[in-house]
Amino acid sequence: MRDRIGDVFRQESARIVAALVRYSGDLELAEDALQDAFVVATEVWARDGVPANPGGWIMTTARRRLLDRVRRDTVLDDKVALVARLQELPGDPADTEDDRLGLIFMCAHPALALDARVALTLRVVAGVSTAEIAAAFLVPEATMAQRISRAKRKVVVARIPFRQPEPEEFAGRLTAVLSVIYLLYNRGFDDSAEPGRDGRRLGDEAVRLAGLLNTLVPNDPEIVGLTALMLLHDARRAARVRDGERVLLDDQERAAWDRDKLAEGLARVARAPRLGTVGQYWLQAAIVAEHMAPPSLDQRDWSRICVLYDRLVAQTRGSVVVQLNRAIAVSMRDGPAAGLALLEPLGDRLAEYVYFHTARADCLARLRDPEAADTYRRAINLAERPGQRRSLQRALDKLEVSG
Amino acid sequence: MLYAAFIWTTWDTEDDLDAAEFERYGAFNEASAHAGVRRAGMALHPVSAATTVRWRDDEVLVTDGPFLESKEQLAGFYILDCTDLDEAIAWAARIPGARRGTIEVRPVLAEH
Repeated sequence: MRDRIGDVFRQESARIVAALVRYSGDLELAEDALQDAFVVATEVWARDGVPANPGGWIMTTARRRLLDRVRRDTVLDDKVALVARLQELPGDPADTEDDRLGLIFMCAHPALALDARVALTLRVVAGVSTAEIAAAFLVPEATMAQRISRAKRKVVVARIPFRQPEPEEFAGRLTAVLSVIYLLYNRGFDDSAEPGRDGRRLGDEAVRLAGLLNTLVPNDPEIVGLTALMLLHDARRAARVRDGERVLLDDQERAAWDRDKLAEGLARVARAPRLGTVGQYWLQAAIVAEHMAPPSLDQRDWSRICVLYDRLVAQTRGSVVVQLNRAIAVSMRDGPAAGLALLEPLGDRLAEYVYFHTARADCLARLRDPEAADTYRRAINLAERPGQRRSLQRALDKLEVSG
Repeated sequence: MLYAAFIWTTWDTEDDLDAAEFERYGAFNEASAHAGVRRAGMALHPVSAATTVRWRDDEVLVTDGPFLESKEQLAGFYILDCTDLDEAIAWAARIPGARRGTIEVRPVLAEH
């Protein structure tokens, strides 16, 4: 029964809470009423069975709770008007206008911190319980509950609007939504490579949210781009762990990639630019596609990859990790000296970043610079995973044999 | 709904506010008043003219200087009447100080 109620929640809650927010104008009131309705559902359904229209049942109950609460609350100054508005609210989510997009933009508003946006979107839009969100992010439930209630408070007191952004701000605000989805996806992706941790949950929620967004805003180039990016990562899922250790793309067994997902991802990468102006998520997907589409590693087109990185650097305004990856791509196109020249200015900000020292050591080794050995040792000291340490050690050994 | 927009910038003396910046503030003042958004606006003297006051151990302590010894200082504020945070953000972005400093937007809890 709990699972059944959880399913109903995930399917219906966004639609119901969107309608409740629209009529009450208050996310906290709406969410509390929905929570109450689910508590009641847990009791009543266990006794009487699941009703024929569970969404309608919950909406009717939530509306009643909300009305009771508003009538009791003496502080609300426009109580009469609010009660009148709420009485207009339909009793079935199917009869309401679909306001889920407004809800998504509200929960993922850039005026909220990224972790608050993520928690609120999972809770309110995806209908995931606070306990499950807390478990997925490895924080105590009380901490997550506080994060969510603080975020809701800010939405209410700062009056973060419940509506779709104006056309001129749409792209920027969509990026804030996509950053939430991609953070969830990456978190799930990282977790699924850790022994004993199943990141499937967050990854699935990310894919589900992207699917919902794609339904609500069809043919948006960035949504298609992000979906492509997630498909291309998904295609490598089976190949990225070997003997309990992570395997980087260059060392992966290409035969272990999921051909269907790869094809789907590549098709979306090709389609997105025809739909309009692409952004950072499509660019990332296009770069991954350049690595995955050729039948072998040495057939990669580094000049195309470099062009995509140039555009990505411009889009992400100086993200230092993007600049590092661009330097690596340039070292493949124009040679190690050109790569080193781009790496040097990043040294201050990436002094503790193992991939920076790895990239530098690789360039130095190709130049037969004696400094390469010490740079590999530096990287080995910073490496956290045993597999990474071993592969760096192999590179160092090779250097000493040939040197 | 009222929002306070605090202007935090790095200027130290009145001389830092050049004529062009004054003109930009004039244009903002006019546009925000015309739109019925600006309820109040105050420009402050630099922090060199600031005094801090506090009670400690039944005694009033008065010291020279601002509360925060930070590089960016409170230079002034507006009270803006907007329908929601998006509108307040859009107006805050038009305040000239948003280009050389930072605008902090806070919803007003109560007006007295």
